[in-house]
Amino acid sequence: MEYFLELFLGGLTRGSIYALIALGYTMVYGIIKLINFAHGEIYMIGAFTALIISGVLAQFGLPGWSILLMTLPIAVIYSSAYGFTIEKIAYRPLRGAPRLSPLISAIGMSIFLQNYVLLAQTADFLPFPALLPELAFMEGFSGIMNSSELFIVLTAAAVMAGLTAYIKYTRMGKAMRATSQNQRMAMLVGVNVDNVISMTFVIGSALAAVGGVLIASHVGQINFYIGFIAGIKAFTAAVLGGIGSVPGAMLGGLVLGWTESFATGYVSSDYEDVFAFALLVLILIFRPSGILGKEEGHKV
Amino acid sequence: MLKLVDVHAGYGAIPVLRDVNIEVNEGEIITLIGANGAGKTTTLMAICGLVRARSGDILLEGESICGLPTNRIVEMGVCQVPEGRLIFPDLTVTENLDMGAFMRRDRKGIHEDAEYVFNLFPILADRRHQAGGTLSGGEQQMLAISRAIMARPRLLLLDEPSLGLAPLVIRQIFDIIVKINRESGTTIFLVEQNANQALKIANRGYVMENGVITVTDAADRLLANEDVKKAYLGI
Repeated sequence: MEYFLELFLGGLTRGSIYALIALGYTMVYGIIKLINFAHGEIYMIGAFTALIISGVLAQFGLPGWSILLMTLPIAVIYSSAYGFTIEKIAYRPLRGAPRLSPLISAIGMSIFLQNYVLLAQTADFLPFPALLPELAFMEGFSGIMNSSELFIVLTAAAVMAGLTAYIKYTRMGKAMRATSQNQRMAMLVGVNVDNVISMTFVIGSALAAVGGVLIASHVGQINFYIGFIAGIKAFTAAVLGGIGSVPGAMLGGLVLGWTESFATGYVSSDYEDVFAFALLVLILIFRPSGILGKEEGHKV
Repeated sequence: MLKLVDVHAGYGAIPVLRDVNIEVNEGEIITLIGANGAGKTTTLMAICGLVRARSGDILLEGESICGLPTNRIVEMGVCQVPEGRLIFPDLTVTENLDMGAFMRRDRKGIHEDAEYVFNLFPILADRRHQAGGTLSGGEQQMLAISRAIMARPRLLLLDEPSLGLAPLVIRQIFDIIVKINRESGTTIFLVEQNANQALKIANRGYVMENGVITVTDAADRLLANEDVKKAYLGI
C-alpha cells in the first residue's frame, strides 16, 4: 500500500509537470490550430535561465528559498519573451499559409533553439542547484514523497487554478475563449486577435518555464535536449486529454504521469516510454478526440 | 454615415465587387438585395475590413476606414451580425452577450442592455446559462442580434437575418430591426435575399448583380419596379 501511494504521488508530481507544459500546446492549438513544436524548447530555456540567474545569485551567499523567489520570475519573463518572439517571427508571417508551413517552421524553430543552447552552453549535463526548500515535516513521509515533490504539486496546482480563473473571468480570458471558438466572430465584436495570439504564447511559455525550473531543481541536472523529451511527453498528454481543451491538458498530464509511474513501478522501468506512447496509440485509435476533447465538426 | 466609393474587392485573384457605390445616411434603414453569389456578403466583409478593398474608398462619417484592422472599425461603432449567425458555441447565452459588449467599459449600461434584450427576447432569458451552440436556429439568430445590440453600434450591418428561419420568426426579427432603428436611432444596413420583407422596412434599396450595383431607388419604388418584381419578388 505504501508502495502504491509512493507511485501514485510520484505520478502526480510527473503529471503536474506534464500538465503545465501540455497547457501551452493545447492553448496555442485551440487558438491558431498549430502544434507549436518549439514549445518544449521554451521549457528548456526556462531551466537554463534559472541555472544562470541562480548561479549569479548564489555568489552573494543568499539562502536557497530567496534565490528561488528571484530566479523563478526572471526565468518566467525571459521564457515568455522567447514565446512572444517566436510567434512574431516564425508563425505570424505564415498566417493564412497552408497548415503544413507553420508546422515546419515550428520544427525548424525547435531545432534552432536546441542548437543555439548547445553552442552557447555545452552538450553535457550541467548540475542544477536544489532551489526547492526542504521542509522539516516532510521527513516523516520520506518513504512516499519528499518536499520538492510536494512543492511541485502545490505550485502546479496553484498555477493551474490561477489560469482557470484567468480564462473564465478576465476580459482577455473571455477574448481567448471566443477566439478559439470562432476567430472571425471574435474580430467582429472587436477582439484584437493578434494580441490574443501573443498573449496565448506568453502564458503558455510562462507555464512551461515554471515547469522547467521546478523539474530541473528536482532532478538536479539539465542539458539542451531536455525540452525535446519533455515536449513530446507533454504533447502526448495534450492529445490524451483532448487537444484544444484546457482541463483536458491538465487531466491528460496527470493520466500520463500515473501511467508512467505505475508502469515503471509494477512492470519495469525500461518500459516507461513504451507505456506512455502505447497509451497515446490506444487513445488515438479508440477516442481520437481525446478524453475531454470534442468531436470535430459540430454545427454552427 | 457610411459611404462606399468605387469599391473593388475580391478573394485572391478572383474579383467579386466592381465599382460599388453605396451611401447610407444617419438613421436610415438601407437594404442591399440580390441573388446568391452577387457579392452582398463580400460588401459587408469589405466594410468590416475582413476583405481588403483593392481600390476605391470606404468612408465612415467622412473618414476613410479602408485598411484599418477590424477591431478598430468595430471600435468606431460598426457592428455586424454575420451570415450564419456565428454564435460562440461553448459560451453561455450571457457570455455571448458579454462578448457583444466587449468594447464597452460601462458595467451599468451593459447590465441594463442585457435586461433590455432579455425583455425583447424572453426565451433568451430562460436560456441564459445554456451554451450558445445548444440553441435552435431562430434562438441563435435572436442571440446574434442581441449580441449586436449589446455593442450599442451606431451602424448595424445585418447579413441575411432571415436565412433558414420560420416565417413567424422572420417577422419577429424584422419587427425588432425596425424597433432598434426607431428607438435608438441606429443606422441599419440590411443585406437580404428576402427582398420583399427587406424593402418593406427599408427607406432605400440597392440591387446587386454579379458584384455590380444595377438599380438603386426608394424602397417603395423598388417594390413597384417591374424588373425588380420579376427578378427578386417572384411576382
